[in-house]
This record gives sequence, structure tokens and C-alpha cells, in this order.
Amino acid sequence: MEVDDLLKLIRGDLFLQDKKTAHLTINLNKVLSKNLVPGLHVDTKENKDGVDVKIKVDDNIRIKNKVHLCFGITKEKAIQKINMDVDVGKNAKISILSHCIFPKAVNIKHIMDAKIKIDEGSIYTYEEKHIHSMDGNIEVYPKAFVEVGKKSRFKTEFELIKGRVGKLDIDYEITGEKNSVIEMTSKVSGKSDDIIKIKEVGNLVGENAKGVLKSRIAVRDNASAEVYNTIVATAPYARGHVDCKEIIQDNGVARAIPIVEVKHPKAHVTHEAAIGSVDTKQLETLMARGLNEEEAVEVIIEGLLS
Amino acid sequence: MTILSLKNLSLTLNGKKILDNINIDFWEKHVHAVVGPNGAGKSTLAYTIMGLEGYRKVEGDIFFEGKSIKNLSVTERAKKGITLGWQEPARYEGLTVEKFILSSAKKMSLDEVKDSLIKVGLDPDEYTKRALDKTLSGGERKKIELASILAMRPKFVMLDEPDSGIDVASLEKIFEGIKLLREQGSTVVLITHSIAVMKKAEHAFLICGGKVVEKGRISKLLPYFENKCLPCDHKNIPD
Repeated sequence: MEVDDLLKLIRGDLFLQDKKTAHLTINLNKVLSKNLVPGLHVDTKENKDGVDVKIKVDDNIRIKNKVHLCFGITKEKAIQKINMDVDVGKNAKISILSHCIFPKAVNIKHIMDAKIKIDEGSIYTYEEKHIHSMDGNIEVYPKAFVEVGKKSRFKTEFELIKGRVGKLDIDYEITGEKNSVIEMTSKVSGKSDDIIKIKEVGNLVGENAKGVLKSRIAVRDNASAEVYNTIVATAPYARGHVDCKEIIQDNGVARAIPIVEVKHPKAHVTHEAAIGSVDTKQLETLMARGLNEEEAVEVIIEGLLS
Repeated sequence: MTILSLKNLSLTLNGKKILDNINIDFWEKHVHAVVGPNGAGKSTLAYTIMGLEGYRKVEGDIFFEGKSIKNLSVTERAKKGITLGWQEPARYEGLTVEKFILSSAKKMSLDEVKDSLIKVGLDPDEYTKRALDKTLSGGERKKIELASILAMRPKFVMLDEPDSGIDVASLEKIFEGIKLLREQGSTVVLITHSIAVMKKAEHAFLICGGKVVEKGRISKLLPYFENKCLPCDHKNIPD
């Protein structure tokens, strides 16, 4: 499979040709293509094991179309390290869809180290979708440190539901200023001997800051998942919620450790965690329509991770 | 002609006899009502016919189209054309209404999915892509469940408290759905303690304490709703 095939997997052929849609395509440590729109600056520096990427959105720039980032490795064995530095100016808006595609992975390590700064009154949306091979020798380490300015919004969704997870270790720390909103969602489906670890910390330091950390995980076979979600509220009227749902099948093991810490009497943080097999009524409803148990479980999990 | 027959059916749960030697013949393409007080065993009867987990170890037998289905799984019973609408339908995070209905009828087109929603009074443009989750009310989920049952075109369908959580305006749509099921050729069993719902049936069975204490035409069972419960050894054992 070469780069063209890789892009077809994500319908990259569509966005690559659209001059009004910004994109950056990287295969291992090579920048293959780049398109920018007014107000968006992307600088890259190729390294031995990856690429340094600097993204800057100018003040008052609201980018209409989603910006596509494509991080792929078409080799079977490799290490790819992406250092991201994102700076979103005041009253700006950007939505990024990041495709991470490792279709031939036999022994792959993908490391993402991001520093993201969102200035006052801005909106930053980041979706990260992974497509992996069915070989489990892949390691993914997404790490990010995010500062969300006053009246700003940070929304991210991580999705790894196609192919094998291998080893996933997410480590995000986000700090929200006054009137900011943080929304983080992780959707991961583990199988065989996949190992999933998610650590997300939301610090609500500004008055009226809001944060939601949401995880939806399915593990089967001998896969395991550990979710450590923390929200710390230190300002008045800060509101936070941690929501973790994990479905286990076979010999899968799941653990959820929600931590809520409130350091101001006018702040409020809640949490909910549910781990277990598929709900019996959900299952039996679908079985009463003619689906067998396996098909019914698939429909339920697909919905949960959709 | 009988489509589903219960022969000396008994079910004991946690040492208590919940269904006690029940004998009922459900006639093909007819609408039946099973009525009785709370805890009489009405829902248990439906779960037992459907073969849900925990309701399979029965005494007696259940015959569908002349063959015992006692040892069949829920899926196997459903594939024969038996299905159940729950009193409180399940919620599914992320699962769209469209996908849920398509699960009932895999060969269905999107237009047919939309048509089934229209039949129960829901706007397809509003509901098709919505998730069948807590953002929908109990009444909306109830109507979506009925739409999925209409799409399935079952031979034998049990609707547990079909009016539960339904407002007055929507109740007519539920009744229209029941009529459509009958017109499609389904045998319908309404589990209810509502006189309005019972009146949509042609025959009724009064269950009390896990036993059938009366059966016959609707008019024959109407006194039950006038607090003139027929004499029986009333043991109100919760389901």
C-alpha cells in the first residue's frame, strides 16, 4: 500500500484537491503535501524520526472548512514522532481532523507531543481518527498540554475503533480559564491483547469554566483498558463532569478511576462510571428482533463508539 | 386457528410460582388482551413466551405453529416470527433510530424505515438520525419500538403496556399501529390493565396470582374494570 492508497482510505483524494480546504500530509518523516488558507500558517521541519509542525491561526480568523492533517506510515516497521505546536489567536476558529493511518503496521511507534494554546474568545476543535492494521505491534502515544483562554472552547475527540489498538497511552492535560469550555471524548475498541491507557486531566482554574471528560471503551478477548480521568475545579462556578463507560467481553479487563477534586465552595464536579457486559434489555430487545447475540453485541458497541 | 398455544405452563422464580398451570390458545391474526392487577404475572407471561433469560425453565410447554419452542433461544423464537415490545423500551447510547429499525428488518430500504416512523406519528427527518438514548422521552422510544416491530412484520407480537408513558394524542397512533399490525397479518397480544387498550382486542384473558381466572369476549371481562374482580384466590405476587 502506497501513499495514494492510504489517502483513498480516508477519501483524502477529495480534500487534497480542494484549494479552499487546508491540509498537511506526512508519511513517516516526510511532508508530502500542504495547502493553506488565508490566516492559517503551518511550518514544518523534517527530522530523523518525524516532523515538527507549527500551526498558527491569526487573530479574528475563522477557518470555514475542516483542516485535514494526515499522519501515516506506509512501512511495516518505523518510529514516527510528531511535535506539534499550535497557537490559535484571539477570536479565531479552527477545526482539525487528524487522520492517523498505519495500515501495514507490524512494528510501529507513533508519538504525538502537542502544545496547544487557544487565545481568548476562540474555538479549537480537534478530531483524531486512527486506522490501524490488524497486527497488534503498534504503539500510540498521544500527549498534549493545552491552555484554553478566557471565553474559549476546546473540543477534542479521539477515535480508534478500526483495526487493532496495540498499545495506546493517551496523556492529556488541559487548563481552562474564565468562561472557557473543555470537552474531551475518547472512543476506543480493544481486542486480542491490546492495552489501552487513558489519562486525562482537566484543570478548571477560571470562574465559570466548564469541563467534560468522556470515555467510551469496549474491550474483548484479552484486551485491557485503564481510564484515569481527573477534573480539578479551583474557581467559583466552575462545573465539571467525568463520564466513563466501558463494555467488557470475554476475558477483557477494564478499570476506571475518575477523580474529582473541588477546591472552591462554589464549584461543582460530578462523575459517573459504568463498567460491565452489555445491558441485558438492550441485548434481548435486538435478539427479539432476530439478531443473534454476537450481532446484537456488535450493534450495541458500534452505537456506543459511533 | 391457533398460532401459539400454552399447555399447562408454569414458572417458578426464587421458589415462588409466578405462572401457575396456564392454558391459553392465541388465535392467528386476532388481537388478544391479557389483563390483570399489578403483579398478576402478565409481563412474566410475555417474557416466558419470548424466552428471555431467567424465564426459560418452565413446566408445561409452549407450541408455536404446532411445534414446541420451549427449548429455543430468544433469537430462534424471533426468527420464527415471535417478538416483544417492552413496557419501558431500552435506551441505546449512540445507536441511531434508523440503525435500530434496520436491525429488525435487514433488507429494508431507508424509505421503508421512514415509512414505519410515519406510521407511528414520528417525523422521519427529525428522528432517523437521532440516537435512541436518554434524549428521547419514554413515549418517543415506545413509538420507535412499535415502528421497529411494524418493520419486522412479526407473526406473533406481544406489546407490554403499549399505552405506558404515552400522551393522549399519541395514544391514537399506538392504536393505529396495533391496527396496522393486525392488517399485516400479525397476531397481537396486548398486556395491559387499561380498559381503552383492552377494548382494542377481540378476546381477553384475566390473570390473577399467576392463573387464568377468566377468558372470553371483551364484554365478558369488562366487569373486572368496574372493580368487580371475579372471585379467585388472589395472591398478588410481584413479577
